Amino acid sequence: MSDPQEYRDSPLRPYVLTGGRSRPTRNTLRVDTLLLANPDKPLPVSASRQERALLTMCTRLLSLAEAAAHLELPVSIVTILASDLVDSGHLQARSGIPAASSPDPSLLEEVLHGLRKLR
Amino acid sequence: MVSANSADRYLPHTVQQPVKILIVGAFGVGKTTLVGSVSEIRPLRTEETMTEAGAGVDSLAGLPEKRTTTVAMDFGRITLNERLVLYLFGAPGQRRFWNLWEGLAEGAVGVLVLVDTRRLEDSFEVLDQLELRGDTPFIVAVNRFPDTQHYSEQELRQAMDLLPETPIVECDARDRTEAMDALIALVQHATELSRARKVAS
Repeated sequence: MSDPQEYRDSPLRPYVLTGGRSRPTRNTLRVDTLLLANPDKPLPVSASRQERALLTMCTRLLSLAEAAAHLELPVSIVTILASDLVDSGHLQARSGIPAASSPDPSLLEEVLHGLRKLR
Repeated sequence: MVSANSADRYLPHTVQQPVKILIVGAFGVGKTTLVGSVSEIRPLRTEETMTEAGAGVDSLAGLPEKRTTTVAMDFGRITLNERLVLYLFGAPGQRRFWNLWEGLAEGAVGVLVLVDTRRLEDSFEVLDQLELRGDTPFIVAVNRFPDTQHYSEQELRQAMDLLPETPIVECDARDRTEAMDALIALVQHATELSRARKVAS
């Protein structure tokens, strides 16, 4: 069941964590984009606590949404943090279907086959 | 915070491709239940912030009617094979959250509209919007609650004014096999649409 806290309104925006930015540097990251830390590239000392936490969370493969849920940070914030870390080469992204397009028939058949097998 | 069972939280390294399905429906319709029935991980909750124009209530004189709304989304995961993973996102259907789930629907396999026959009217707006969009495959899944009266498919189609091409299925969101069947029906529909589009182009 859903709980009554499905949404809440607040006058505050948590952009402090992102240096005041509300948009990521790239728009290729989505909730289902898979993230993996680059083990050969340590973070600079100037990295924030949230950037460190995100990179530690992604030492193995995980989606952006899962990282956000485990870190208890909003998806929009993690998207901005992850975007920076992909730009700097600390994080590798395995992306889903580009926003403007839809999955092609062969991929859909693969999804269908996978679901039927697990049914 | 980091939980104890972090060993099985991760995906196999071989997974390359994520896909997603959206489960949209009114509050309390069973989105999270359905996600929980089929997900290989305990459903996770994430929050998304969205800024929207205020609804005109509690406005302070002189301030623009804008506020930030935090929306909770529950989601789950099914690893389909060694290279493919499916994510299921539950999102609220009310008009004020359309921006949120329309963004989520981009690039998605499709949308499962979960409805409760006791409150069919809650789904009208979502269905209208999906029909208007046209580009996102969707089906209607009627969540069979224990105390709900049974209606024929024709009655339900009529009540929701569904387009003839929109599939409708019935399921008990608590039952894993039935929930899987609803997802399979959606992907089947999306596959057929996608094949037809490819032939047409």
